[in-house]
Amino acid sequence: MPDLEDLYREIILDHYRNPRNRGELETPPAVRAEGFNPLCGDEVIIYVQVADGVIEDIKFGGQGCSISQASSSMMSAAVKGRTVEELQQFNHAFRSMMSIEPDPDDPAPTNGNSADVKLGDLEALKGVVKFPVRIKCATLSWHTLTQAVEEAQADS
Amino acid sequence: MALDTAAVRADFPIMCREVHGRRLVYLDSAATSHKPRPVIDAVTDYYERFNSNVHRGSYQLAVEATEALEEARRKVANFIGAARDSEIVFAKNATEAINLVARTWGRANLGPGDPVVITELEHHANIVPWHMLTAEQGIDLRWIPIRSDGHLDLSDLDRLLDGARLVSVAAVSNVLGTINPIRQLADAAHDVGALMMVDASQYTPHLPTDVAAMGADFVAFTGHKMCGPTGIGVLWAKSELLEAMPPFLGGGEMILNVTKEGFSTAAVPWKFEAGTPPIAEAVGLGAAVDYLNGLGMEQVREHEVALTGYALRTLNQRYGDDITIHGPTEPAERGGVLSFEYKGIHPHDVAQVLDRSGVCVRAGHHCAKPLMRVLGCAATSRASMYVYNDESDVDALADALGEADVFFIE
Repeated sequence: MPDLEDLYREIILDHYRNPRNRGELETPPAVRAEGFNPLCGDEVIIYVQVADGVIEDIKFGGQGCSISQASSSMMSAAVKGRTVEELQQFNHAFRSMMSIEPDPDDPAPTNGNSADVKLGDLEALKGVVKFPVRIKCATLSWHTLTQAVEEAQADS
Repeated sequence: MALDTAAVRADFPIMCREVHGRRLVYLDSAATSHKPRPVIDAVTDYYERFNSNVHRGSYQLAVEATEALEEARRKVANFIGAARDSEIVFAKNATEAINLVARTWGRANLGPGDPVVITELEHHANIVPWHMLTAEQGIDLRWIPIRSDGHLDLSDLDRLLDGARLVSVAAVSNVLGTINPIRQLADAAHDVGALMMVDASQYTPHLPTDVAAMGADFVAFTGHKMCGPTGIGVLWAKSELLEAMPPFLGGGEMILNVTKEGFSTAAVPWKFEAGTPPIAEAVGLGAAVDYLNGLGMEQVREHEVALTGYALRTLNQRYGDDITIHGPTEPAERGGVLSFEYKGIHPHDVAQVLDRSGVCVRAGHHCAKPLMRVLGCAATSRASMYVYNDESDVDALADALGEADVFFIE
């Protein structure tokens, strides 16, 4: 079996123990979305405030394992202050790192090449791919953020 | 006489395999049990010697296949103390058996405002079918609460049962292990004119089952948790109820006659068994019943009580306040299902670390989200034991649990 050290890298455990951007935002102006992992009962709540195509602020809450909590924390740090277009590139790059087939409803971003996106800390989640059951733990927060941003843009 | 677990383990071929280079320590029998050699052989034997469709061929093979299916029904009927073989309806699993009652008896007999009473410790299989009837027919779904010790809180039972049409309760909780007072609830249900359904999925594999002693009107359980194959479950119901209930799925096997204008149904239990049934699976379940009878259900339960006591003592002594084991503290009041929280580490992470040592436990909500909410957690780790487990499995769990500290405790 792959080493647990591949899964539980120090940087992941750091985000788990000291989560960035954990909390709530006032709605409105922020939008709130909930994501569920029906397999294990994990819940993630994403608050996101989008203005002029820019993610001005993001917070997350809910309950989950180290992978889902660390993934939420890393994602929030990565996308805060970015444009929605950049988020799409991050999302696409993250999904391909997780070996997930591109979603036909969610084509690769047209501006820029997601292969060029630097995932930074998020690269540490690469080891999750060796533990297929845990991939959903890592992607839950991304699904939920995508949903929240779509809602925010529909509102504006 | 106590179970000889070494001999029992030798009956289960899967116990020979290793996981990550370690011996298999299987502590997830509440999810599904392993299969002993006689069950595997019975399924293979069926396909090698009898395979054909049942209840319609006039040739020898079909006669033998039909006889094998009906023999399995007889074995299951005897195993649970059914008055007649025809009270045994084969379904896909316990979930389908409960849905069968909701979709047939429920649709025919329940209307707006009719109370159906369940408990906070039910599996989703005994919650969602009633939510569906709430949405479709406006039934009034009521919940018996649980106390902090994992037992049902019956202090307000009279009010909850007022006007009830059906009480549907798990005999043993798949999360807390709590053995519920089924007879008491059945008597209380009958006192107000309600019927009693029992989800015996975690009971029949572990304790001697007597549907008459339970006082039940419907009992549902599944084969794969009691050494049988997947894909076969059982609904037992009193004959007069089955006779009066409308059919479930429509198709072949369940009819007496079909014309362009309509159809008439076959006799019970076939009225509820549309299409080719899971014949090999039923035969396998019959073999599982034989196997459990060979061990003796009294001995199976005795083993469970002893091993549960050992597990509670071992884990509590070793980890003290660092571990919280949910449910009743007395082994005699519970099954061998131990849901626990360890040092605040998420159950998914606990299970991942245990897996490295070949220890299989379940992490999650165990299909009991309303109960999780009552317990105040999103998930638990759950170790559940059966006839092939012994003290060495509990020790392996206790040893491996401490390894989680390396990653998650600063």
